[in-house]
Amino acid sequence: MTNSKCRRVFPGIEVLSTLASSPLASLRFVHHDTMTEAIPKIKILQGATADLSAATYQIHDESHTIGNALRWMLMKNPKVEFCGYSVPHPSENVINVRIQMYDNLSSLDALINALGNLDNLSEAIEEAYVEDLRKETHETWTEEF
Amino acid sequence: MPTHYDSKRLVHVGAERVSNVASTDFPGHYPDEDNSWNLDKFKEVRKGFVSPTNKYLNQRLARVETSGVDASIANAFRRILIAEVPTMAIERVYVWDNTTVIVDEVLSHRLGLVPLNVDPALFLYKTHPDEQATDRNTLVFKIDITCSRNPHPPPLKPNEDPSPSDLYINHELLSKHMVWEPAGGQEQALRGLPHPGPTNPNIVLAKLRPGQSVVMELHAVKGVGKDHAKFSPVATASYRLLPHIQILKPIPPHLGEKFQKCFSPGVIKIDPDTGEVSVDEENVRKDSVSREVLRHPEFADSVKLGRVRDFFMFNIETESAYPPERLFPEALKVMREKISIIRQAAEALKAQLEGTTADVEMVEA
Repeated sequence: MTNSKCRRVFPGIEVLSTLASSPLASLRFVHHDTMTEAIPKIKILQGATADLSAATYQIHDESHTIGNALRWMLMKNPKVEFCGYSVPHPSENVINVRIQMYDNLSSLDALINALGNLDNLSEAIEEAYVEDLRKETHETWTEEF
Repeated sequence: MPTHYDSKRLVHVGAERVSNVASTDFPGHYPDEDNSWNLDKFKEVRKGFVSPTNKYLNQRLARVETSGVDASIANAFRRILIAEVPTMAIERVYVWDNTTVIVDEVLSHRLGLVPLNVDPALFLYKTHPDEQATDRNTLVFKIDITCSRNPHPPPLKPNEDPSPSDLYINHELLSKHMVWEPAGGQEQALRGLPHPGPTNPNIVLAKLRPGQSVVMELHAVKGVGKDHAKFSPVATASYRLLPHIQILKPIPPHLGEKFQKCFSPGVIKIDPDTGEVSVDEENVRKDSVSREVLRHPEFADSVKLGRVRDFFMFNIETESAYPPERLFPEALKVMREKISIIRQAAEALKAQLEGTTADVEMVEA
């Protein structure tokens, strides 16, 4: 079995012959394939208004990491009337983000906007960090082992 | 000249309680303030303060300070550092022989926890645990040691027990006994980089006695800390808020020393000539905010303690292939990848909704 992905990224590299032919390579995990159906990254939960001025979005495979940061950025938008998030259950790998807008604006647009702003913020911090590291104004110390 | 912080940025630390904890920098909170998100303003504010600044660096530890961001953002970085920055760790152990007193599964678990010095950026994730191992997603190590009696032990010293290292050869299985087996193009791809192996060569994994041996093949893969803590690149990643000490009225010179002792060493300065008591703006970082000063009635109304709500001092200690200064940018990279995935999905959802013009399709909660 060849891994087509590895060939694309690193052309000219061969697939491990030793591993492929190793008798242990045929050992398999007992694996239950529950992922046959693709889970959408975002879905809109029941209870949203038709114009999406108020909606709850369920984001798959995210946690407080994105949930709280996204909530903060949405609340920075003056057109957002209410925004909150929750992790409905610790064993469900999802977060629910509730957004309610003023003036019947689209909460989906606000969400996309907030994500863009969050990316800009990360980029700005990244730039500032790299710039500061280059200045080498920090104190350094070599630890003895 | 003490730095002045807007009182809205301060968390108040009282003798018995902490107040003004939540941030209020949202539009609509103050009638005369905008507070909506503004990137240019953010960059401007950032220049005025220190964000992010490297304060300190050694082989293990980076101290980074960042101000002007909310706790939710700082916390996202901290969480990503612990759980979502990838590293390589041993995931599968094939045991041919293990006659030590440590059982196979315990020894395998210990091996998994050994930090490896391989840059995970050079490897791909296995998309599925059953995916074929290739030289792009798996590193192979071998262990093959047998303990034996030392045929020529050094002469015994009087009144001293013989040490195992004198009596036996290979009486300990150490992390350095993991020998990398290059496969496919790995040797070429990893040329010039540190020889793949543990970051610390002297971790004791098992103790052996003559006749016992360990023969194993170890497969290391790329993973993240939320799957298993062994993949976490940091020993600790934490932040605390900048302490803030405001002296409201002058401290009488005869109480100067007593006042100084209420804080961590170096935080309070006393002018040797005038006896004037002041706060050292650089060393205020060292304060533990113990609130000792508030226990003394003579100081009760002369000082106000607090912390700056949006000033985060990160302590990031690496325990992986990453040098400490690279961890923070790696976390930012992961954050941006996550944002980009959600954004694409949100835009796809929008396009899908606009395409169907019909009522919004809702999913049962």
